[in-house]
Amino acid sequence: MIDLTVIWAFIIAFAIFAYVVMDGFDLGIGILFPSFAPGRERDRAMNSIAPVWDGNETWLVLGGGGLFAAFPLAYAIILPATYPLIIAMLLGLVFRGVAFEYRWRDPSHRRFWDAAFTGGSLIAAMAQGMILGALLQGIEIDGRAYAGSWWDWLTPYTLLTGLGTVAGYALLGATWLVWKLDGEGQAHARKLGKIAALATLALMAGVSLLNLFVRPEYSDRWLTAPELYWVAPIPIATLIVAGFMWHALSRDRHSKPFWLALLLFFFGTAGVGVTIWPYVAPPDLTIWEAAAPVRSQVFMLIGVAITMPLIIAYTAWAYWVFRGKVGDEGYH
Amino acid sequence: MFEGTDAILLARIQFAFTVSFHFIFPAFSIGLASYLAVLEGLWLKTGKPVYMDLFKYWLKIFAIAFAMGVVSGIVMSYQFGTNWSVFSDVAGPVIGPLMAYEVLTAFFLEAGFLGVMLFGMNRVGKKLHYVATLMVAGGTFISAFWILSVNSWMQTPVGYEIGANGQFLPGDSWMEIIFNPSFPYRLFHTVLAAYLTTAFVVGGVGAWHLLKDRTNGHARRMFSMAMWMAALVVPVQIFAGDLHGLNTLEHQPQKVMAMEGHYESHPDGAPLILFGIPDSDAREVKYAVEIPKASSLILKHDADAPLDGLDTIPLDEQPPVGIVFWSFRIMVGLGFAMLGVGLWSLIARWRGKLYDWPWLHKAALVMGPSGFVAVIAGWITTEVGRQPYVIYNLLRTADAASPLDAPAVGSSLIAFVVVYFAVFGTGTWYILKLMSQPPHAHETGVKRGDTGPIRTAGITPGPTQDPGNLSPDSLSSIEYVEPQDIEPARKEDGE
Ligand code: HDD
Ligand code: HEM
Ligand code: HEM
Repeated sequence: MIDLTVIWAFIIAFAIFAYVVMDGFDLGIGILFPSFAPGRERDRAMNSIAPVWDGNETWLVLGGGGLFAAFPLAYAIILPATYPLIIAMLLGLVFRGVAFEYRWRDPSHRRFWDAAFTGGSLIAAMAQGMILGALLQGIEIDGRAYAGSWWDWLTPYTLLTGLGTVAGYALLGATWLVWKLDGEGQAHARKLGKIAALATLALMAGVSLLNLFVRPEYSDRWLTAPELYWVAPIPIATLIVAGFMWHALSRDRHSKPFWLALLLFFFGTAGVGVTIWPYVAPPDLTIWEAAAPVRSQVFMLIGVAITMPLIIAYTAWAYWVFRGKVGDEGYH
Repeated sequence: MFEGTDAILLARIQFAFTVSFHFIFPAFSIGLASYLAVLEGLWLKTGKPVYMDLFKYWLKIFAIAFAMGVVSGIVMSYQFGTNWSVFSDVAGPVIGPLMAYEVLTAFFLEAGFLGVMLFGMNRVGKKLHYVATLMVAGGTFISAFWILSVNSWMQTPVGYEIGANGQFLPGDSWMEIIFNPSFPYRLFHTVLAAYLTTAFVVGGVGAWHLLKDRTNGHARRMFSMAMWMAALVVPVQIFAGDLHGLNTLEHQPQKVMAMEGHYESHPDGAPLILFGIPDSDAREVKYAVEIPKASSLILKHDADAPLDGLDTIPLDEQPPVGIVFWSFRIMVGLGFAMLGVGLWSLIARWRGKLYDWPWLHKAALVMGPSGFVAVIAGWITTEVGRQPYVIYNLLRTADAASPLDAPAVGSSLIAFVVVYFAVFGTGTWYILKLMSQPPHAHETGVKRGDTGPIRTAGITPGPTQDPGNLSPDSLSSIEYVEPQDIEPARKEDGE
């Protein structure tokens, strides 16, 4: 029999991955925003995501809402465990989201809303990375509730995962801009892309190394045969992709660096998946223990099966409508 | 700080605060999205530029309101887990899937087509653009459908089983859960409420500009449209509210007792208390102004029918009376005030002075924000009236909260209050600024980089452009011109 719980774990993982890469480049642009000159450069950077950011952010609602629906117990434990991070992320997203509209409405305070855009993006990215770290390092559970203290999420390890996420998002944002901008803006984005790529790789390596120490199970998984043979390709592939990306960033490639950055994130996510499987909240809560009953799973699966192809189709269409370099047309 | 404060009380305040703020925006954008769809549809059908001008006028306002709705909504979807984790755990299998359906069928639809609706006119053409507008409007309605189903299930839970681990599990029919007993009433009443909220805002803005210049054809058109809504839909809303109340009497009698201020049972005909001050210690309504037997007449359609009071309900199962009593009266009072404006507009129309009756315009202006107040008052009635339960008669609010300490909940509450007032206050200010500009021909759309409507000479007098707005920075960033802006021949369309 097919295991619905496993299917749901993959659906949630897909939603989170989609969120991370799609809102990742939005947040990344927010993080890099101050390095762009006020005026045309900033306007174009923002316009490159204005029509799509809301759709991108909706994947976060699917990730959270899907977790609530498919793994209610996990949702009920992880959110209180990372309470301050969640609140910080939400407030960051508030500032980031309204800045898209406000900065155009109020030119005399545009600098302020630009700063809110950057601050909100930075806080949201950092919080998301730290939530991931807090999850990986383990959550203390008693019965059906979170049992740790409310500072457990703050460790050097989670700070590192937070920074890694910030760097990774900046990489996505920079490569997106390489694709969407031309001229000086593009050249600037290339430079940023290289810096972000180096930072991302370094932090990824650091986090991977620490992973071997935060929980003993993890080092067993990554360092002992035969699992080793299954998981070893992940870091190797990551390095190869990184090499190609560096190459593409150094040449006159437009969309290629972005696709390679996506691939990098894909391997990163796969690494996290391998590390955490089959737990949804290590070290105690497996996906099966947290899963909703079969009736809920089936009902939602029908919904996903029907709507997901449509969602992907019209999302792709919306991207297609706004394809090409920003400002190729419409400028006076 | 907050040591010794009740964490649950803080969590309740936080939820009430964030959801009330959130709902202000959907209440407006559900109605406004439909209004925009109507305007664009009329424009496609008649070709009259006035509709496209009004469309663009309101589109700028919609963009801001929608953004505020989205960011405050994201907060809501995480709020269940952060502050109400026990509730999330036990109710997740039943209401989680409904909320997942909301994301899949509504949020993606809105968000996916919003970009095209706002910026895409010259890229996709009129027809597809209209499709995008319809999808956004449809999405807002579908969103209301699911979230109200969730809320209604919490008010009138059916179709569940209790699992061995204490969770509520879905029974064999999802239809029974989705279409639970209070859902149709709540959906109908709330969606109408959103339409009315928008109608009164549109009417108020139209009235404001008519007061300044009663020849403004655009202001006339929007005022007229809004007043038709007021005249036709308010009576339906009052009727729907009455049905909703009867349904509540059947399923949540103590809520109605609190709304009516009936501390005591009335074996032969209960009075309708119009005003008074509920005193829960003395268990009576002081200084009551009442109509004998009218409550029984409304609720039972029989003046002499007996009606139970709160004395039949154990003390620890009663909702707080004062809040419910007052919020209910505010909503109903505003409902009748809206009805008054609607009827007045009919008289004005009949006498041919819809656009020349300053007192009517002043009344409509004052009533501009009334929908928001009524909507929040209605929700306070609903939510406070179901206390002390969060899942009616099954799960107490006090048992639903997260294992958090008061300082954690208190600090986040302060953060929300500060940020919401600052951010949403500013957004409201921007909306008011847009509304203060008179609607006019050659209205600009949501151009990235526009700093306010660019005035065309000589049609209507209006405030002069603030030169400070025309920084080179803003000029260089103008983008995405809609084709309508360069349409050569335009006839000024007015009454
Ligand atoms: C423009 C907004 C508006 C207006 C004019 C009215 N309502 Fe309302 N009312 C709402 C907006 C609303 C609401 C916000 O949509 C509520 C909150 C929850 C719900 O289902 O609808 C609500 C709830 C609500 C309830 C509570 C039901 C429950 O919780 O079980 C009752 C009994 C009524 N209404 C009745 C009325 C009556 C008799 C009205 C006649 C004047 C009226 N409403 C006008
Ligand atoms: C959008 C309009 C809404 C408003 C203005 C509103 C308002 C309120 C208020 C004032 C309370 C506090 C009641 C009290 O503690 O005495 C409350 C509680 C609550 N509401 Fe709503 N509500 C709305 C919609 C919803 C919806 C759609 C849901 C469910 C999906 C919901 C779920 C809850 C829950 C779980 C509580 C628990 C906390 C508590 O009972 O104190 N609400 N709401
Ligand atoms: C506690 C209850 C609620 C939760 C958890 C919630 C959640 C959300 C979320 C996550 C969004 C953002 C969607 C996006 O990313 O595009 C949103 C927006 C929205 N919500 Fe809510 N919501 C609640 C109450 C309500 C109610 C009661 C209604 C209507 C009756 C409503 C109608 C809408 C609409 C129409 C939007 C689109 C944005 C807008 O119109 O401003 N929500 N909500």
